[in-house]
Amino acid sequence: MDLISIALGGLAAGMVLFIVSVGLSVTMGLMGFVNLAHGGFAMLGGYVIVQAMKVWGLPFFAALAIGFVAIAALSVVLERLLYARLYRASELDQVLFTIGLVLVMIASITLVFGPETQTVVLPEWLRGQTDLGFIRYRTYSLAIIAAGVLLALGLWLGFERTRIGAKIRAAVDNRRMAESLGVDVGRLFTLTFALGGGLAALGAGLGAEILGLDPQYPLRYLIYFLIVVAVGGLGRVTGVFFAAALIGILDFVLKIQFPKGGTMFIYALTLVLLLWRPQGLFGRRAG
Amino acid sequence: MTAPGPGLAAARALAERHRVKWWEAAPWLAGIALFFLLPSYLAFGTQLVITILFALSLDLVMGYAGIVTLGHAAFFGAGAYTVGMLAAHAGWNEPLSGLVAAALVAGAIGLASGYVLLRTQGLTLLMLTLCTMALLEESANMGHEYTGSFDGMPGLQFQAILGLFPFDLLYYRSQYLYALVVLFVCFVLVRVLVYSPFGQSLTGIRENVLRMHAVGAPVRARLVIVYAVSAAIAGVAGALFTQANAYVNLATLGLDRAAGILIILILGGYGRLYGAFVGAIAYMVLEHVLAKAYPTTWQLGVGLLLIAVALYARNGILGIADALWRRLRAAVAR
Repeated sequence: MDLISIALGGLAAGMVLFIVSVGLSVTMGLMGFVNLAHGGFAMLGGYVIVQAMKVWGLPFFAALAIGFVAIAALSVVLERLLYARLYRASELDQVLFTIGLVLVMIASITLVFGPETQTVVLPEWLRGQTDLGFIRYRTYSLAIIAAGVLLALGLWLGFERTRIGAKIRAAVDNRRMAESLGVDVGRLFTLTFALGGGLAALGAGLGAEILGLDPQYPLRYLIYFLIVVAVGGLGRVTGVFFAAALIGILDFVLKIQFPKGGTMFIYALTLVLLLWRPQGLFGRRAG
Repeated sequence: MTAPGPGLAAARALAERHRVKWWEAAPWLAGIALFFLLPSYLAFGTQLVITILFALSLDLVMGYAGIVTLGHAAFFGAGAYTVGMLAAHAGWNEPLSGLVAAALVAGAIGLASGYVLLRTQGLTLLMLTLCTMALLEESANMGHEYTGSFDGMPGLQFQAILGLFPFDLLYYRSQYLYALVVLFVCFVLVRVLVYSPFGQSLTGIRENVLRMHAVGAPVRARLVIVYAVSAAIAGVAGALFTQANAYVNLATLGLDRAAGILIILILGGYGRLYGAFVGAIAYMVLEHVLAKAYPTTWQLGVGLLLIAVALYARNGILGIADALWRRLRAAVAR
């Protein structure tokens, strides 16, 4: 494989990581909540999308929209009912609660749908290859890259140019100060949590082709989601974007170059990086 | 002459809390009773004892020092692989010195990783412990010649314990007593440690790290030391696992084991020594009964239980028992 196609393949994987993890970054940045169940929301969304296509015969994009809405709604419910009780709890309680939640999600999905891998049937025009002029590449990977970049742009605009985005940034940087200026951080959190859950669902549906989709999804990729968030810096949309692209490409290249121990480099790199900059590559030092 | 005030009673309770209480003999008597009464359950009993030891090591860092880690299986696996690789490649299959070697290797890894990791906290620390474990797991997966990759190393041979008691893979009689004795020795060590001034300062660090800095306690040094000691004990547990079962595989190093032991300790109640016992017994007996027949339902149950514990019963089974006991005493006193 030549360099460009490797980079494109890695970038596509990176964009999936970005779409799934961006919500995690913002919610962790806002509340400091250690949410290990984030991948579970993604998986549930993926299943909703697959079922919407299989059972109701919906087209791909309508199914994606339904997945987004369903998981955003579920996120609001769970956030209000359960997560909200643990904001001031210790890290350990949050870790336990979210591990428990992930186990419940995995078990429920296994009970209903069985342990098999689910497949997403892509629409005709997204299959096959596209000629970019200098290279022919899988249309679907290109579409994912485009979707990731567009989403990142949209989120960046929303964060940097709207009032609500400014509030979120303010709350991430200094929650107490933002609260004393009259920002309702709880409401903001519910909102971002819903958005993050919806995006995770979207990411799982879009990325099912690349990452696969089965009940073990949330735990298998947990460490990747966390790495992306930790490297990108908490509460930083652009940071997560670059971190996801970086990890996606690195992982892809390393797996091709060293099929046996490629992922080891990612772990080692993350270790060194976090020791050097605990706030992540793009994060600002807390305080 | 006035009656002793509540201050005096509290001082006495504090001064006497390290004393051995009568009920502390119960787990050991039960352990010995199991050997005679339920000889067909000794294989299960051996795994139970090993799990208790592993949970005890986690209690030291998490319950007493307040370090939240997701990667404690790294040290269990390090000990397990040390013994396995020594036996398979170096012909070093004397069990007791194997335990010492495992403790040294796991302790050294704990010391080194603790030294660099424990300057961080919160999410970063969580990530770093997870990455350390993933790194070890991946190395074990990669070093096929030495570790056997995914399949691990089956069919390991070990000499008889003290040259007298050969391991029997059918009934686990000698393994069980061996593990029980090792658990007892480690437990005494941990118990002495947590009631020593060193252990008290750990509790201080957990409760109020700023104040401990302010009174001049060497916070980081203490954390690193307890992390290394805990790693060594986890390594011993891993070594026991390999010796008792005569195999080692990647599952000793994975997230499943790390999360599992966390669940067990929380279920029993952390920061109270016997939480490891109660949690391991409750979890493993239930697992033994339910998990084989209904694995998915079991997982669902564990998940719901964890959510309930995190929301309502942060001190685990022993915490609930404590609260009930106190209520009962208050009712009787009235």
